[in-house]
Amino acid sequence: MFVRPSPRALYLVAGFMLMAAAVVQAPRAARAAEAAIPARIVNFAFAPPTLTVHAGGAVTWTNADDEPHTVVADDGAFKSHALDTGDAFTQVFAKPGVYAYHCSLHPYMVGKIVVQR
Amino acid sequence: MADRTAHSPDDTDIGRRGMLKCMAWAGTGVLWTVSGGVAQSVLVGEARASSAAAFSFVQISDTHIGFNKAANPDPIATLHAAIAQVKALPQQPAFVLHTGDITHLSTAEQFDTADQALKDLGLPIFHVPGEHDTLDDGNGKLFLERYGAGTKGTGWYSFDKGGVHFIALVNVVGLQGGGSGQLGDDQIAWLADDVAHLSSSTPIVVFAHMPLWDVYAPWGWGTSDAAPALAHLARFGSVTVLNGHIHQVISKVEGSLAFHTARSTAYPQPAPGVGPAPGPLTVPADQLRGVLGVRDVRLVEKNTPLAIVDQSLAASA
Repeated sequence: MFVRPSPRALYLVAGFMLMAAAVVQAPRAARAAEAAIPARIVNFAFAPPTLTVHAGGAVTWTNADDEPHTVVADDGAFKSHALDTGDAFTQVFAKPGVYAYHCSLHPYMVGKIVVQR
Repeated sequence: MADRTAHSPDDTDIGRRGMLKCMAWAGTGVLWTVSGGVAQSVLVGEARASSAAAFSFVQISDTHIGFNKAANPDPIATLHAAIAQVKALPQQPAFVLHTGDITHLSTAEQFDTADQALKDLGLPIFHVPGEHDTLDDGNGKLFLERYGAGTKGTGWYSFDKGGVHFIALVNVVGLQGGGSGQLGDDQIAWLADDVAHLSSSTPIVVFAHMPLWDVYAPWGWGTSDAAPALAHLARFGSVTVLNGHIHQVISKVEGSLAFHTARSTAYPQPAPGVGPAPGPLTVPADQLRGVLGVRDVRLVEKNTPLAIVDQSLAASA
């Protein structure tokens, strides 16, 4: 005997499908957040000076000096606030390219992010 | 090496270059002496200078209010000690030049604290910003709101006191990656115009935060476009350049130009190239005040050099 599914059941099915989709999506989002590549600012230098990330990836700089520093793109594309000791700054790199950056307090401190597809 | 740390009294002998028509007022080398483990720089001829100064001013630098690390957990206390030392001078200076890094992180609270303390001097204070004073979102807007009245651009200006032409320059704003301090074309054009009407015998004092000469390029201790700026001052018989930024006394005399960096009132930094980086230098607590200080500058009389006396805070401790 054919039993016609109730509207309520359809909602449930749709709900499960959405949840399944969310489950599939969630790890991807989490991966981007968790995979922020750590970089250090230590002894008035960005370490490592050159980092490679995939498009959509992120870099988190943490200042280990007793002196504030900033992370500022040479072309002005991004700019951190002053990072005091222990402060961190995360930047997501959406588009492939090479991003040169420096510390605006000590501009001889320079670094580079290479963003690949 | 010798180029960036010329301390010899021989450097005062600029007459040998035959460049000067007027030697009314020129900077001299700073002589280092070490007494009781405390390094102090004292001008050759200080005794003469202290006898009959006609006009004097004080340079205070790098107060870094807001700094709280091991190198000096209490820069307010050392600033108060510096102020007390100025107030105790036998001849009160006409005014104070603050060569920047008033604050550590450019917050309104840190500017307030510094202003409150410095007010105790009871003297006019002329400011230029350090890179630590331009960290607000407006890249120095807070600084200009407080100290920028009557200034041009990012805060440069000039004034005349005691027969001397004082020029305040800003070399800490809009710095380019890979570079050092920078004045910019607009400011240099203004400088050329500012001095155009002056007689070449007018004594000039230039003050700015970062050194206007290459103290140590690998640490960015210099100003990339200082040379074209100083070219406009080449015809003057006496040019004294006072800077901060490197938290130690280093001097150099080049023809009619005398360059001096001052101590901080907050914390010392390493000598050029010593150690991996120019970060705050932690010294034993009982030695801290020996490496902090203020500078007393006196115009004594015609035909004598500008007397520059760097006093460590240990003298008042």
